[in-house]
Amino acid sequence: MLNIRGAVAGLVLLFGLTSCGVTIPQDPEGTLERVSGATLRVGVTENAEWVQLPRAGDPEGIEPGLVEEFAETLDATVEWVPGSEHELAQDLSHGQLDMAIGGFAADTPWIKEAGITRPYAETRDERGKTVKHVMLVPMGENAFLLKLDQFLQAQEVEL
Amino acid sequence: MSTNGEEEAARFGHTELPEEQRRALHKAIKWEWITIVFLAVSTFLVYLVLGNSQAMKAAWIEDLLSFLPPISFLIAARIIRRRPTESHPYGYHRAVGVAHLVAAVALVVMGAYLLVDSGIGLATAEHPTIGGVTLLGNTFWLGWLMVLAMLFTAGPPVVLGIIKMRLAKTLHDKVLYADADMNKADWMTALSAAVGVLGIGVGLWWADYAAAILISTSILHDGIKNLRAAIGGLTDTRARTYDDSRPDPVGEQIDSYLQSLSWVREARSRVRDEGHVFHVESFVVPQGWPGATLQRIEKAREACVEMDWKVQDMVIVPVSELPEEFLPGMTQGGGEYR
Repeated sequence: MLNIRGAVAGLVLLFGLTSCGVTIPQDPEGTLERVSGATLRVGVTENAEWVQLPRAGDPEGIEPGLVEEFAETLDATVEWVPGSEHELAQDLSHGQLDMAIGGFAADTPWIKEAGITRPYAETRDERGKTVKHVMLVPMGENAFLLKLDQFLQAQEVEL
Repeated sequence: MSTNGEEEAARFGHTELPEEQRRALHKAIKWEWITIVFLAVSTFLVYLVLGNSQAMKAAWIEDLLSFLPPISFLIAARIIRRRPTESHPYGYHRAVGVAHLVAAVALVVMGAYLLVDSGIGLATAEHPTIGGVTLLGNTFWLGWLMVLAMLFTAGPPVVLGIIKMRLAKTLHDKVLYADADMNKADWMTALSAAVGVLGIGVGLWWADYAAAILISTSILHDGIKNLRAAIGGLTDTRARTYDDSRPDPVGEQIDSYLQSLSWVREARSRVRDEGHVFHVESFVVPQGWPGATLQRIEKAREACVEMDWKVQDMVIVPVSELPEEFLPGMTQGGGEYR
């Protein structure tokens, strides 16, 4: 039923590509390449100690701090875009944001619009349920996501 | 697997199994248990690295569905040992057909669901997101683990399939055959999923859906093939060989044996497959009625039963002429058994 020769050829081709220096994974829309040394567009929505939006100036809290540090590793400047969760999710799915923060949890309902990072911190809500904290990224931008995951996993997040 | 089952397992209903079939049955039961253990390990492993790949999801669901044929086989192997009872005078052989049908329906439904699901994913261009995974303090791409899991689960089913295929032939067991056939093709599923994931890796998001569509098509194809075979068995299709490739030669053997008897003028049989064993009704026109003694008829029946272990439930019906309504196709110059 399945085309054996095609599958084998595909596998060989892919291994060939990797050995020729194509890094895996790649971004279909080239996010990582575009933001490096340029602008990182970050959606923000307010959420307790994770993201606070003062009347004037840049967002504050745990996540904006992490994002600033991450942007530094990419040599990028952050452009903050405030909005509701819904607006941020829509912007992500239409390629108008590079990532979004706002105390999102791993069981976020926005997984049809956005990809999520690996949980980088855990807390308990008032009902005693574990909340795994993640950030949102555009779907399928896997090189960018891996870069962010690698950064976040290396952080000691103080709660 | 119990020792107590060893003796019971030597029969299908009231059919005593010959030594070769008895051993094959024990081996088949052993290998089906091994299959289940392997599947439990591999579905768990794949589940751990499932992620957002549609192809991985399809491969995983195929793994889950692969539990059905071995489980059906093991349940059926238990039930068909029962001897015929007053309420089940033909015995419980059809349990095999029912198990086969259940497994086939599951394959069709899941194959169709996955095909539609993957098609929608492709149409809406939903890019599969696969990020990092942290193992031993290192964060690397989860896709590599997926490929590794797929390559690991690709090999063993092929070996299982080849072993079970031989047993299916000896046992004339179509569920076992279907199971072995699926196992043998399993490596292609695994390889396709690996290619799909690597496709995502090089930025070709659609490669994942393409692989998933390929896998779900093959599940659906397996399902339809099995559904046909199962329904064919349950609706009394003429008995065919274990792989359904041709009519089972035993019908022709019986006919030519009966025709070779001196007291027989004409003989023709109809044979249906009950699961493992056959029901045979042979219509015999004697040369002359005084020659068709009870002893001769009984001797002929015993000789036919001796021919093949699958023939046990056989009746010889002496008739004055062959009943056309029970033997369709007989007027076409004996083309039925060609």
